[in-house]
Amino acid sequence: MRPLRGAPLLTLLVLLGPVAAGLVGTLAPALGLFPALGGRALSLAPMAALAAWPGLPGAVMLSVGVGLAATVASLAIVVLFVAGWQGTRAMAGLERALAPLLSVPHAAAAFGLAFLIAPSGWIARALSPWATGWERPPDLLIVQDPLGLAMVAGLVVKEVPFLLLMTLAALPQVRPAQRMGVARALGYGRVTGWLKAVFPAVYAQIRLLVYAVLAYSMSVVDVAIILGPGTPPPLSVQVVRWMADPDLTLRFQAAAGAVLQLALVIGVLALWRLGEAVLGGLGRIWAEGGARRHGDGVLRAAGLGLAVLAAGAVIAGLAGLGLWSMAGLWPFPEAWPEALSTRSWLRHGPGLLAPGLETLWIAGAATVLALALVLACLEAEHRFGLVPGARSLWLLYLPLLVPQVAFLPGLQGFALMLGVDMGRGAVILGHLVFVLPYVFLSLAAPWRAWDMRYASVAAALGAGRGRVFRQVRLPMLLAPVLTAAAVGFAVSVGQYLPTLLIGGGRVQTLTTEAVALAAGGDRRAIAVTALAQTLVGMAGFALALAIPRILWANRRGLRAG
Amino acid sequence: MRRFAVLAALVALGPGTALADPDPADWPAVLAEARGQVVYWNAWGGAAATNDFIRWAGDEVSARYGVRVEHVKLADTADAVSRVLAEKTAGKDNGGAVDLIWINGPNFRAMKEAGLLFGPWAEDLPNWSYVDVDGKPAVTADFTVPTEGMESPWAMAQVVFYHDTARLPDPPRSMAALLDWASANPGRFTYPQPPDFLGTTFLKQALYGMVEDPSVLQRPVDQADYAAVTAPLWAFLDDLTPHLWRQGRAYPPSGPRQLQLMADGEIDLAISFSPGEASAAIANGQLPDTVRTLVLEGGTIGNASFVAIPYNANAKAGAMVLADFLLSPEAQARAQDPDVLGYGTVLAMDKLSPEDRARFEALDLGIATLSPEELGPALPEPHPSWMSLIEADWGKRFGLAE
Repeated sequence: MRPLRGAPLLTLLVLLGPVAAGLVGTLAPALGLFPALGGRALSLAPMAALAAWPGLPGAVMLSVGVGLAATVASLAIVVLFVAGWQGTRAMAGLERALAPLLSVPHAAAAFGLAFLIAPSGWIARALSPWATGWERPPDLLIVQDPLGLAMVAGLVVKEVPFLLLMTLAALPQVRPAQRMGVARALGYGRVTGWLKAVFPAVYAQIRLLVYAVLAYSMSVVDVAIILGPGTPPPLSVQVVRWMADPDLTLRFQAAAGAVLQLALVIGVLALWRLGEAVLGGLGRIWAEGGARRHGDGVLRAAGLGLAVLAAGAVIAGLAGLGLWSMAGLWPFPEAWPEALSTRSWLRHGPGLLAPGLETLWIAGAATVLALALVLACLEAEHRFGLVPGARSLWLLYLPLLVPQVAFLPGLQGFALMLGVDMGRGAVILGHLVFVLPYVFLSLAAPWRAWDMRYASVAAALGAGRGRVFRQVRLPMLLAPVLTAAAVGFAVSVGQYLPTLLIGGGRVQTLTTEAVALAAGGDRRAIAVTALAQTLVGMAGFALALAIPRILWANRRGLRAG
Repeated sequence: MRRFAVLAALVALGPGTALADPDPADWPAVLAEARGQVVYWNAWGGAAATNDFIRWAGDEVSARYGVRVEHVKLADTADAVSRVLAEKTAGKDNGGAVDLIWINGPNFRAMKEAGLLFGPWAEDLPNWSYVDVDGKPAVTADFTVPTEGMESPWAMAQVVFYHDTARLPDPPRSMAALLDWASANPGRFTYPQPPDFLGTTFLKQALYGMVEDPSVLQRPVDQADYAAVTAPLWAFLDDLTPHLWRQGRAYPPSGPRQLQLMADGEIDLAISFSPGEASAAIANGQLPDTVRTLVLEGGTIGNASFVAIPYNANAKAGAMVLADFLLSPEAQARAQDPDVLGYGTVLAMDKLSPEDRARFEALDLGIATLSPEELGPALPEPHPSWMSLIEADWGKRFGLAE
């Protein structure tokens, strides 16, 4: 029993140790301490250098603006869609379609979207020259626009599936059918009723996920490089540029920028909380006003339209990548490649086998470890009646809220000091930091929602606690456990910076391969590696769907999470 | 904090038994030590052609000398520099993760100045005797910084421009002509955004065409009147920028993205630092076979690519064996083959045996690659201090559009 009792503490250590060590390692150079580069005394010079960069106001505005816009838009689409379509077939269908989209790497989705909307992209090609008269792509600033609208779109199409699936997972706990039953009986419209009766309870459940989306959108690098503006770029991109500059003295400035990035995230999160309070107050007045309908039909249609548009953009982008992976020359304004061949797959495919195996190893191990820790925590919570406070939940999400660029370089130094770097094992531990929160957040709700009376019955029949766990609860919750594992697996597959920095470049996965090849800019190579990444991630989701169906072929209620 | 100190002490005591570094003057000893070592070669992994060449070199070195080569594919050379820097910070002075880095110019200067490199070793390699030290000053002066045996050259590169003859049959061949053409055809030219090295190279190339005495660029910038020397460059860019792709409000972030714009027909003319890039892209199906290469009147900037060994590399002997193999006439001729890489050789033809010379003479350079005579003599890279200032200035003037 004792080890189980320590599980929550161990889990927090695994998560927070690296984050804390990494933050220290970033803060030191930001304050002028970097002995290998001659920085031996505390100094504000790095901060001053950062403040003197003329692009700073623009970069900060972009980070904040893009982060807020992407989060508000993603949340609004998800809320409108769920409000209008909860419990319908359209919802079930889209849910099926969206789950695999979680395994599409952000960069691949961004590349796909860029190819759709660029002036030389697929949409323009489909309309040229017959409708537009364009023999050459028009000189229009669509991708890399100064306001970052293309970047916002790139983030929204990836965050909508994520938020939607997490919302649907949280929904059963607030018993939406009962709430809606009452609201409808009182004459409320579908959308208005949902917003007034269900949304406040659901939002409380997914609030931390929304914060994670906000933090991610503010500090993302790869999507920003593909779709975002460069004159100036968002702050996170500039930090990475300084870190990559041959002039090593810029490393101080880069660290100061990373600290500012963290401060920005914290500040905007605080702002968001303030907004929650204000909107909550206004919402209460609105709810108490008692109006039954607010253009429900229009809102409902808009919710469906926007959700389908977001999903469609990712799917069309993937289709574009698929075509590129088999294309020969494909000039503007041709809507289809001149010829299709397997040449790119034959050229790049064999080199992906070894990194693919490494990816499976690392993602598998990190997922199993995460699952073990999460199950131990949840079981400890159940057996010892531990009630996780809001504070420990915050801690759990910390690795998702702190920008990677603010703590991973520091973490690398820490791992070096411990001498535990470079191996596959160290990389697995590094991935665990990011996999664990996602596994926890996918599994906690269904695990806690399990009907305790099964445990009572089993205990009455003489089963000990261990046996109840192994033979009743775990088998009954197999579907959600596997879904959580698939989410964790996909998260691990997508990790780039932790793999590179902790593995010292010696551990090569599909993602490190994909990023290195993407630096060469050949769309065919990018398409092949991105699709390989997506397929590996999707395989996890496919297994998570298939295994319960096979194992529980005779137990209808246990087949789906 | 105390735990940190204990850890640091443990690390310092642990693997602190420094082995004697291999001495390249005693080559048989180097070969003996190298046998069985694994060399982690950190090299940009963005081009399938380079990756294939590195795999080939690794297979050869493994078969001949028993040295295994692992290509660590980087998105940016700076990642390897960061790694060595992090190791030095953590006090890991032995057994580092990086054995050999493909490097040049500013990154070399930074690592050399920060004491992150092992050496000197390069000029003691057996195959150094074939290197064209007199004819190619770039092999011993990397962006004017003396290499002093701290890095070994393995390929030559020179600025070229490529254009699609189907869309632009008569391309401009000077910066003045470029400006005239761009004014008449707005939106059809751009360059990667500095501080991307190719974008900065475009600025330096433009500057070369405008300074009266190019020799000032060979000295550190503080020995010249920077404002006066660069004034024509800024005037030129002020005139050019409104006629650039997207009116200069956005730039491609890198050379490969610029090539993609060419492939998509968004631009008609682009800069490259690899004379064989256009041929390789045609062979790949990335560019149409109507693309051709040109150099500007008055010549273009050239430099050399090098490999260097970090001070704390784990397999220094193996890294030297690999670097020496890269200098062999066999490897050099293979790298120059446009079907493989299309990189210029660093060797002097008159130092080679007739059989080795024949390897080079037998090469067919590819439809879009200029012959060495057409490329003409390379202009030397300016001192790196020019690059830093010009980059910063460009950022202030043009990097914050709107």
